Amino acid sequence: MNALELVDLNVWFGEGSDRVDAVKSVSFSVKQGDSFGLVGESGSGKSTVLRAITGLVPNCSGSILVDQKELGTGRSKRFYKTVQMVFQDPYASLHPRHTVDRVLSETLQLHGFKEIDTKIPKLLDDVGLGASFRFRYPHQLSGGQRQRVAIARALAPEPEILLLDEPTSALDVSVQAEILNLLCELRAEHHLTYLMVSHDLSVVGHMCDNVAVMQHGELVEMMTVDKMRNQQADHPYSKHLLESSARYRS
Amino acid sequence: MSNLVDVENLWVRFPTRTGVFDAVRGISFSLGKERLGIVGESGSGKSMTGRALLRLIRKPGIVEADRMEIMGQDIISMPEKQMRQLRGRDISMIMQDPKYSLNPVMRVGAQIVEALSIHEKVDSKLARQKALEMLEAVVIRDPERVFSAYPHELSGGMGQRVMIAMMLIANPKILIADEPTSALDVSVQIQVLEIMDKLVRDRGMGLIFISHDLRLVSNFCDRILIMYGGRIVEICEAGKLEEARHPYTRGLLNSMPQLNIKHDRLETLDRDPAWRDQESVSGIL
Repeated sequence: MNALELVDLNVWFGEGSDRVDAVKSVSFSVKQGDSFGLVGESGSGKSTVLRAITGLVPNCSGSILVDQKELGTGRSKRFYKTVQMVFQDPYASLHPRHTVDRVLSETLQLHGFKEIDTKIPKLLDDVGLGASFRFRYPHQLSGGQRQRVAIARALAPEPEILLLDEPTSALDVSVQAEILNLLCELRAEHHLTYLMVSHDLSVVGHMCDNVAVMQHGELVEMMTVDKMRNQQADHPYSKHLLESSARYRS
Repeated sequence: MSNLVDVENLWVRFPTRTGVFDAVRGISFSLGKERLGIVGESGSGKSMTGRALLRLIRKPGIVEADRMEIMGQDIISMPEKQMRQLRGRDISMIMQDPKYSLNPVMRVGAQIVEALSIHEKVDSKLARQKALEMLEAVVIRDPERVFSAYPHELSGGMGQRVMIAMMLIANPKILIADEPTSALDVSVQIQVLEIMDKLVRDRGMGLIFISHDLRLVSNFCDRILIMYGGRIVEICEAGKLEEARHPYTRGLLNSMPQLNIKHDRLETLDRDPAWRDQESVSGIL
């Protein structure tokens, strides 16, 4: 069963001569429980795809299906209970004057949960932060800890699909390993479906089962991770991407 | 005297409300005509070491060292005026993000020319010609256009190449590159590093490459200092990384996912508090 399906998605910004086509007829589907990676360089439209799914772009056409139901122009509360997003920069995505407790309880309240008081320590525990972190402010946390809070916030509504927009590119490699491990564990534990955007092929290779390569707003190639590992790309651009990251990481 | 840089017992301290914070704690190293990497996590003191070499640490920060010499010139006691002469002529630095290090309201060409004319008496025609040559050297296809462009009209990779051109135009002997490509895409990253590497080799310069990416650094350096908690915990030959012994170095190496190998779990670092108290390893040649 497909948890998420995009059919002929187009996203553009501006009108008339200023029009920029950021995403051009992109179609792919992600099976329930799978982890799907989108790679490409900046400006290739990979993050815009995620923003289109969450309804954060002004103009788009084509259809987006979540749990085989087509989404309209607006996004319901139900949608946000099913689909949550983790953003790139944990320094920018947490409110600087809200404590961890407030960040999490706000989300829980919005989604109509009861017994918030007992749920918060559980959430913090899930992402490997003790209950002692509950009343801290973002500036009292390291980058990795902040990203854990952002993940806890995304997990709060008990979603089925997580959209991950470069979740570790602002972090040190050693902290990146911790967060990637955490994301892997959470996926197994909560039966989540991931759609992950990254420019780092080795991160996508570690996390995902299938990969799509984007260039200039178009999806140029889809392949399995095993194919990517063995450097078996068909499209010249994906070949180039694979070569440039393999050459200097051996 | 054949070393480009000699540092003995360097300390960088910042007084805070809760006491003095030691960012760099008594490290010693030297740079010959080589490419030296400094690797560590954020907060390990690697950037502060680079900045201390250019004396760019502002008050209230305190820099102390038994000896700190750049090409035999003592820079601890050097007056600021002389220090300004030294920067750019003998030693230059490329910072992380070209968006923040280029002047946004000045054309790129004028900024490169400025870097040259501070150190050399050149007429504007020759300066322009040299700047264009330099832009060509960093593989910019249309130097004329870039010369008269503003920084916001350039991509990140181009901006960083412009920075390299600007830093190398006065022919310094030492280049410090502080995470020069972490703001860039992977495919562009390698290209920019290769350009930098070629120029550094061709001109016989010394390079200090600061980064948190151990494997990346090992491709562009001869010798690597690994820093943790303001100290050097290990020194490796770049070609012999696999022989690194310190658990921190091993942890940095193994925590990185690799494209060609499948891991079920990535190794994570167990930071041992004892590492902080170990003696700093000397990197003096």
